[in-house]
Amino acid sequence: MADNDQSNSVSEPLDLVRLSLDEVVFVKLRGDRELKGRLHAYDSHCNIVLGEVEETIYTIEEDDEGEETVKTTKKQAEMLFVRGESFVLISPQPPS
Amino acid sequence: MSEQSPQPNGDAATDGDARDPSGFLSEIIGAPVTVKLNSGVVYKGDLQSVDGYMNIALERAKEYVDGEMKRNYGDAFVRGNNVMYIAADM
Repeated sequence: MADNDQSNSVSEPLDLVRLSLDEVVFVKLRGDRELKGRLHAYDSHCNIVLGEVEETIYTIEEDDEGEETVKTTKKQAEMLFVRGESFVLISPQPPS
Repeated sequence: MSEQSPQPNGDAATDGDARDPSGFLSEIIGAPVTVKLNSGVVYKGDLQSVDGYMNIALERAKEYVDGEMKRNYGDAFVRGNNVMYIAADM
């Protein structure tokens, strides 16, 4: 955007990301992974830097009877750089 | 006499049937839309804005996986490369 004001308007999609700076955001990644953390920085490729991150990984496990259960694995990271390519969605609020 | 002209005049252009895709997108800003991603996940919400990459900002977005409502987002930014289509809901 040419006008560099910090207004609350969302005239292009990335404004929504700009308004989420320094807030805790929810990020959905490819491959059934999710992140929750504070958004420190982003760029036009949607590369993002998150702090105090919790990563949740969903994997499907099949037991001997062939029954499938969803397993969740959690990981913590102090600081994370996420390449824009790998993410699908950012939401400023935790989903309900 | 001039009314007999076989040529249709320029009115069709104002009817907007010679639109391009981004014209369609700017016309449905603010309207309820369905966005399907390549992964098959569907989002329904109000279209806040779109840019040239087809990045999308949605308001009151609901996430559907296999037709089942999974989540509610107040606002959601969807990265354009994941988008299969955007449909205007009636």
